Amino acid sequence: MGEETKPGWKSIPLGGLLLKPGSAMEYKTGDWRAFRPVIDQKKCVNCLLCWIYCPDAAIVRLEKYVNVNYEYCKGCGICANECPVKAISMVEEEK
Amino acid sequence: MSKVMGLTGDEAIAYAVKQSNVDVVAAYPITPQTIIVEAFSEYVYNGEVKTEFICTESEHSALSACIGASLTGARVFTATSSQGLALMHEMLYIASGLRCPIVMGVVNRALSAPINIHGDHSDMMGSRDCGWIQIYAENAQEAYDWTLQAFKIAEDPNVLLPVSVNIDGFILSHALEGVKVLEDEEVDKFLSTRKTDLTIDPEKPITVGALFLPDYYFEIKRQQVEALKEAYKVIRRINEEYEKLTGKSYGFLESYGLDDAEAAILCLGSTAGTARFVAKNLRRQGKKVGVIKPWVYRPFPVEEVVKATENLKALTVLDRACSFGAPSNALCSDVIAALYQSDRELKVFNVVYGLGGRDVAPLDIELIFKDALEVAETGKIKEPVKFMGVRE
Repeated sequence: MGEETKPGWKSIPLGGLLLKPGSAMEYKTGDWRAFRPVIDQKKCVNCLLCWIYCPDAAIVRLEKYVNVNYEYCKGCGICANECPVKAISMVEEEK
Repeated sequence: MSKVMGLTGDEAIAYAVKQSNVDVVAAYPITPQTIIVEAFSEYVYNGEVKTEFICTESEHSALSACIGASLTGARVFTATSSQGLALMHEMLYIASGLRCPIVMGVVNRALSAPINIHGDHSDMMGSRDCGWIQIYAENAQEAYDWTLQAFKIAEDPNVLLPVSVNIDGFILSHALEGVKVLEDEEVDKFLSTRKTDLTIDPEKPITVGALFLPDYYFEIKRQQVEALKEAYKVIRRINEEYEKLTGKSYGFLESYGLDDAEAAILCLGSTAGTARFVAKNLRRQGKKVGVIKPWVYRPFPVEEVVKATENLKALTVLDRACSFGAPSNALCSDVIAALYQSDRELKVFNVVYGLGGRDVAPLDIELIFKDALEVAETGKIKEPVKFMGVRE
């Protein structure tokens, strides 16, 4: 279960207040993914629609094209749906 | 403290809040609570207090605003009744879960349907598991005294829980009484300002109300259980402090005639006054009866109830709210559980009374005492749950 490695009620801040900012970064949500977006960077026109639509912040802007941060991408597929040049395909994750 | 003011129950709470230097009051009017915030808004208008007064569009918003304010370290008050409390239900749990020491005056009133504006305990009992400290006053004086103490209990760093101070709708909220009040300076000394580490500081941002999944949620609830256990100790300490200041002795419950009583009534709020009046008369006739009135309903005073009932042979618990389909009603269930945990074999039966503000006359109480004395004598309960004063 791994529960024993987590802090108990006595050491968690009262009411579950998070006293350190930005701690969501420590929570890698990429393993929720069933399908991974794969970007064909030859087709990418760097229009940044995927970057705008991504409900997380999992699209990374590079100079000429975009990339996916797989540590946080949950595989929702919105980027693939919105891409005007069909540069993103959703590929099933293999166990 | 020698000053006596003519105040209704609602006004007594408003006056205590005025003296408590509250930073924020956010509220929405509802009968029979309205006078509390109405009276308080006059203090604001007259410049007698420095409170930020927020008129919200609903009770849900009122308590939401209170929660936000409380999380910035402010001292916060609100008040409501009945449907208003029901509309707050979601936020009640958030206030306790986020450990906001808000004080709320709850003027108990029946819940719809059918719509009714009069006093019973359905509203607070419907939210009894919301993690708040719950106090019931018998008269305007107690409402005043407990409201002052409530801020100190709520804001204690070992507690940090919201507190509801309950008074019976109309019977207490609208009845005028002579209330002994403290001088402002005395209250200042007793209460001081809220001590907290919480501030709004862009340099030190915090996250409030984050998602807690199965791996962390339970721990937060466990903290709340502990906070109510701590409250048990803190309430006792603050009662003692208040007694030093005023000479008035509060506690978890008040009992009458329990030294030699064989049968007693246990009830909350204003009915205890009627019960004591009747008990006094019956005791003059040699009947061994007594009355137990818990002031504090949450945390439930298990030890005190067990001790108070030590010499009894029969106990009647009066509930002014109905737990439909339950084996007994809220207050009685708690009393039975407390006694059962302590291996006490006391005959306990339950009477539901006064729903929707139906009057409780001394004669009604006398009949209950008669039943209780019969149970004490025979050791047999004919009806475990009775409904008093309802037409067949």
